[in-house]
Amino acid sequence: MGRRVVITGIGVLAPGGIGAKNFWSLLSEGRTATRRISFFDPSPFRSRVAAEADFDPELHGLSPQEIRRMDRAAQFAVVTAREALADSGLDLAEYDPHRTGVTIGSAVGATTGLDDEYRVVSDGGRLDLVDHTYAPQHLYNYFVPSSFSAEVAWAVGAEGPVTVVSTGCTSGIDSVGHAVELIREGTADVMVSGATDAPISPITMACFDAIKATTPRNDDPEHASRPFDGTRNGFVLGEGAAVFVLEELESARRRGAHIYAEIAGYASRCNAFHMTGLRPDGREMAEAIRVAMAEARMAPESIDYINAHGSGTKQNDRHETAAFKLSLGEHAYRTPVSSIKSMVGHSLGAIGSIEIAASALAMENAMVPPTANLHTPDPECDLDYVPLTAREQRTDAVLTVGSGFGGFQSAMVLARPERSAA
Amino acid sequence: MNARAVVTGIGVATPNGMGVEDFWAATRVGKNAIGPVTRFDASRYPSRLAGEIRGFEAADHLPNRLIPQTDRMTQLALVAADCAFADAGVEPGDIPEFDMGVVTASTCGGFEFGQNELKKLWSQGSQYVSAYQSFAWFYAVNSGQISIRNGMRGPSGVVVSDHAGGLDAIAQARRQIRKGSRLIFSGGFDAPVCPWGWVAQIAGGRLSTGDDPETAYLPFDSRARGYVPGEGGALLILEEERTARERGAENVYGVIAGYGATFDPRPGSGREPGLRRAAELALADAGVRPRDVDVVFADAAGTPSLDREEAEAITAVFGPFGVPVTAPKTMTGRLYSGAAPVDVVSALLAVREGLIPPTTNVERSAEYDIDLVTGQPRTAPVRTALVLARGHGGHNSAVVVRAAD
Repeated sequence: MGRRVVITGIGVLAPGGIGAKNFWSLLSEGRTATRRISFFDPSPFRSRVAAEADFDPELHGLSPQEIRRMDRAAQFAVVTAREALADSGLDLAEYDPHRTGVTIGSAVGATTGLDDEYRVVSDGGRLDLVDHTYAPQHLYNYFVPSSFSAEVAWAVGAEGPVTVVSTGCTSGIDSVGHAVELIREGTADVMVSGATDAPISPITMACFDAIKATTPRNDDPEHASRPFDGTRNGFVLGEGAAVFVLEELESARRRGAHIYAEIAGYASRCNAFHMTGLRPDGREMAEAIRVAMAEARMAPESIDYINAHGSGTKQNDRHETAAFKLSLGEHAYRTPVSSIKSMVGHSLGAIGSIEIAASALAMENAMVPPTANLHTPDPECDLDYVPLTAREQRTDAVLTVGSGFGGFQSAMVLARPERSAA
Repeated sequence: MNARAVVTGIGVATPNGMGVEDFWAATRVGKNAIGPVTRFDASRYPSRLAGEIRGFEAADHLPNRLIPQTDRMTQLALVAADCAFADAGVEPGDIPEFDMGVVTASTCGGFEFGQNELKKLWSQGSQYVSAYQSFAWFYAVNSGQISIRNGMRGPSGVVVSDHAGGLDAIAQARRQIRKGSRLIFSGGFDAPVCPWGWVAQIAGGRLSTGDDPETAYLPFDSRARGYVPGEGGALLILEEERTARERGAENVYGVIAGYGATFDPRPGSGREPGLRRAAELALADAGVRPRDVDVVFADAAGTPSLDREEAEAITAVFGPFGVPVTAPKTMTGRLYSGAAPVDVVSALLAVREGLIPPTTNVERSAEYDIDLVTGQPRTAPVRTALVLARGHGGHNSAVVVRAAD
């Protein structure tokens, strides 16, 4: 067996849970962080609910210049990268910077910054020929989101491969999957890898309104995100980031690092069906799961917990339930499945990494986070979704999945390194 | 890891040619395609030239239902994908669906589509925003649309590393071939020639303000003063060599033999930038020595400090005047994520013909110790080529392509 990759540091910034510790408190207590949108007046929109993070960049150590030049999503990435690095106890100065890389996932890049700046240079949408004299220098950093990975690379001192992975709502899994590949093949020894998105802006609300993807449950914002519930009617937009320190297993062991989990398997497939629609049978997600488990050399019976995509749209939760049955067979009915989007919303490209963090922390704490707001059964969603209350349970192997626009379906298996040795 | 990834099909859409043969006919003789911006009135902006693709009507090539849901860069990519399949002599249905994938690069996504919807949002109201906005502008759209149009359900991906991303996508495609996929599409397309995209590019501070198409973009010239942007890109079909030969592939353009990617030290560190290291990693990965390389396709930023960094990196690896260097992107402007895949296409065609396309308009400068191929194309046997690309912020990528036999 070749080089194996483990998580040795975690940084999380989620609505209601900034920092990995606070994030886990929120999840383990089953609290929700969804609310009426406060960032702008949401009254013109069909969906007026979001999971917003109360984030003060200065409080989190960003300098005035960093705050000025970075979109909110880039700020999230830098803050969580620093947290992950501190958590890992790794002193990167002792490592070859050429062998340290960065991958950051993001579905929509600096969409909030672009929305804000467009409004100014177009003078509120009046000008077709937008006015360049009102554009800030950092607009180019918003134009191309690889600036996010550059900011993280500067923050941690990485000089190996540095890139952004942008596969829509699976970006957070695919970014980490890509980083794992780079360590396995020997291109890098350490990867600072995760994902970020800060999409809560008028243009994002408008585009999801247009296809009725987000929930109109505006009178009850705290309970608006309802994955697998019979009354679900759309997702709740969120924001946030999670970044990990990934290391080669033997090197992490030699320095006595705390190991959260091995990333034992990963795969991604496309449904080649529709940019936003899903076929109900879930066969492409099932294929991704099957390949990820084969890479991890694990049978369905080894999976102790499934961290679901569980966005809370009618079609997703049905699609995903079918995919679990197709890939895990009878074991799907015996495995707890939960969606943390019920608590922290759907932060598009970021959520895949935030869910990897939740999966690793579930292993760490021997506890499965619940699906909040799940009261009404849906006959088409008939698995054990861990309603309302977290469950104490030894958790040695977790399957986490994502599904997104463009048809991307990704799956990742986390496991204890001593368990999945083969 | 021994599987060789060969290029068996090419789809290209650039300002100087649609389709591989038109593109090469123009590129090999140095046909200039930079001109005044016509897609909007650029007269009020400090930069007014672009490499535009003229006469492209998406409706001539694509089903009507796709037109309102796609940005121009996606339309170009979908047409290029069709051309690449035809060039490779493969029908999408010939290969099992999970064995085919798409890995593309993007710099800015469907920026013009996004501009039009932002305009509606702020001038008319949120209810006027298109139902397609949720996916038409984002960076993953080309991989998604190409996979849907061609029934490709295998491993796919999207990378963003500004102008360097196209090479990172090709490298990721090669990884998937080595892991067992039969056929992977790879490359990049961008087309931000619209007022909102223009303003964002101007903000980057590297655009040329010249008005003369022949002197506005002059990398490695003492008159260099920025670059001219362009639109378009290229898609390559990568296959594992043995299965490609078994199916009787007619065009085996060459091998993606090596790759390296690095990131510059923090600004102000005073340390050497990472481009030399990227080139050396790519050569080592390909198992070739510097003296085996027959031509370098330069990134050619067109900004004096960046040109100097690149010339120094090339000189450090190959010695002064140690290898022919060219930058045919002087004909089209810089195509963002599409630029480097187009250079890989040029490198493969240089191998095929034994001819190095020229760097147009540029006069050699005594400041740089590089053997720049200027003016006329140069006839020379080309078996191994190095392609360099850099992205804003410090991304450096390099790919080595070699003759297949």
